[in-house]
Amino acid sequence: MATNASNTTDNAVGTQRVKRGMAEQLKNGVIMDVVTPEQAKIAEDAGAVAVMALERVPADIRKDGGVARMSDPDMIDGIVEAVSIPVMAKVRIGHFVEAQVLEHLGVDFIDESEVLTPADEAYHIDKWAFTVPFVCGATNLGEALRRIAEGAAMIRSKGEAGTGNVIEATRHMRSIRAEIRRLGTLDEAELFGAAKELRAPYEIVKEVATLGKLPVPLFSAGGVATPADAALMRQLGAESVFVGSGIFKSGDPARRADAIVQATLHYEDPGVIARVSRGLGEAMVGINLDDLADSERYAGRGW
Amino acid sequence: MTARPTIGVLALQGDVAEHLHVLEQLDVRTAKVLGPDQLDTVDALVIPGGESTTMSKLAVRYGLLEPLRKRVGAGMPAYGTCAGMIMLADRLLGGIDGQETIGGIDMTVRRNAFGRQTESFEAAVPVAGIGEEPFDAVFIRAPWVESVGPEVTVLGRVPGPDSAGRIVAVRQGGLMATSFHPELTGDVRIHRLFVDIVKGHA
Repeated sequence: MATNASNTTDNAVGTQRVKRGMAEQLKNGVIMDVVTPEQAKIAEDAGAVAVMALERVPADIRKDGGVARMSDPDMIDGIVEAVSIPVMAKVRIGHFVEAQVLEHLGVDFIDESEVLTPADEAYHIDKWAFTVPFVCGATNLGEALRRIAEGAAMIRSKGEAGTGNVIEATRHMRSIRAEIRRLGTLDEAELFGAAKELRAPYEIVKEVATLGKLPVPLFSAGGVATPADAALMRQLGAESVFVGSGIFKSGDPARRADAIVQATLHYEDPGVIARVSRGLGEAMVGINLDDLADSERYAGRGW
Repeated sequence: MTARPTIGVLALQGDVAEHLHVLEQLDVRTAKVLGPDQLDTVDALVIPGGESTTMSKLAVRYGLLEPLRKRVGAGMPAYGTCAGMIMLADRLLGGIDGQETIGGIDMTVRRNAFGRQTESFEAAVPVAGIGEEPFDAVFIRAPWVESVGPEVTVLGRVPGPDSAGRIVAVRQGGLMATSFHPELTGDVRIHRLFVDIVKGHA
């Protein structure tokens, strides 16, 4: 655990509690992808708890192809300047130098993201080495626990970003939650076997079995396009929702952003979800996952 | 006050579950407060950590801001952590345009005063009224109290980036606020102090 004492006081920065604590503050909220300072302001005004600063939303990364990397520092600075809510940004899986750069720029949270092109095919970033907290994607419990072992302070479902299709996010949320419930039914001896199957450290497996939840917040990402999608993720157990392309690829981003914030809060109230879903205009055009070749799927990136 | 009061946690956004978890250990009833109807049923309120701009906006949208001001004005005890401290401040610096607070504590609070997340920290803070042992306080993009009126008691300070002692815990009558997050530490002493205030024992 990194506990760098600051120069002037005995204050400890970058501790596990400070990193996970930051993730806890973002619960019951919506984190929105933005590509310009103007979009960041719209997101802040709509009640986003944080923004994800990037050059292209996943739908455009998907369309443009090629290698997707960390954003230009000028672009990230522009968004950090524009809003007072927390700013997140993405690095490629395993690209710890991009992470060093983002930490230097002062972003509040780093997403080691499969949406960008991976930089290392064997190792994710050692996230304990950083003061800034990290979020990582997962498709199942084993993947989530390996990321936590590496120091992730938050886990999100991977879903399938840039498709406007929630089916993969649903699959990942159900899988993670079902596996957590299963751990709760195992005896001591069986937990050792489970750790082996999950390819995750026994101590974390045991902790999850005892808590009945992950030791860090579990959010959802990848394909949320409507208020009902956001509420679906909440009812499936996500404590907050990331919305990528879904807002600023839609007809009326300000209204949709506001509607998704409300549906995320009142996720158990169909009356509210119905009301905020009325007359929202065009949702982003979705992609049917059957039409997506395996090589174009992001969720398989990382391990 | 009843022997076993109901303490609500404002559930518009933030680490609501953590506060409920601490309160459940302290012999009180608990409730989530999402709307004005639920606010009517509680004897006291905790306003959690989270993003204060989001909380403020949602309080306005759901018609909760005026009822909250009315209850706090009429003497309902309330305790705010971090974003909750901002919500209880009469005056706010560093907010976004039009950011409303509930108010109630005669203080000026500076939002994100301790800096961004990479400057967030833990420190041992002596807090008046909870015993000798300093509190292991977790500060997340935390505010500090810039100045207080004559009715406000300062309960704790911590050295800021310039080493000046910054006010991070205050009380005014039944209202209490901390810049830090006791709900993240497993130490229940500050919540217990609030429960004692609610029960009229402190």
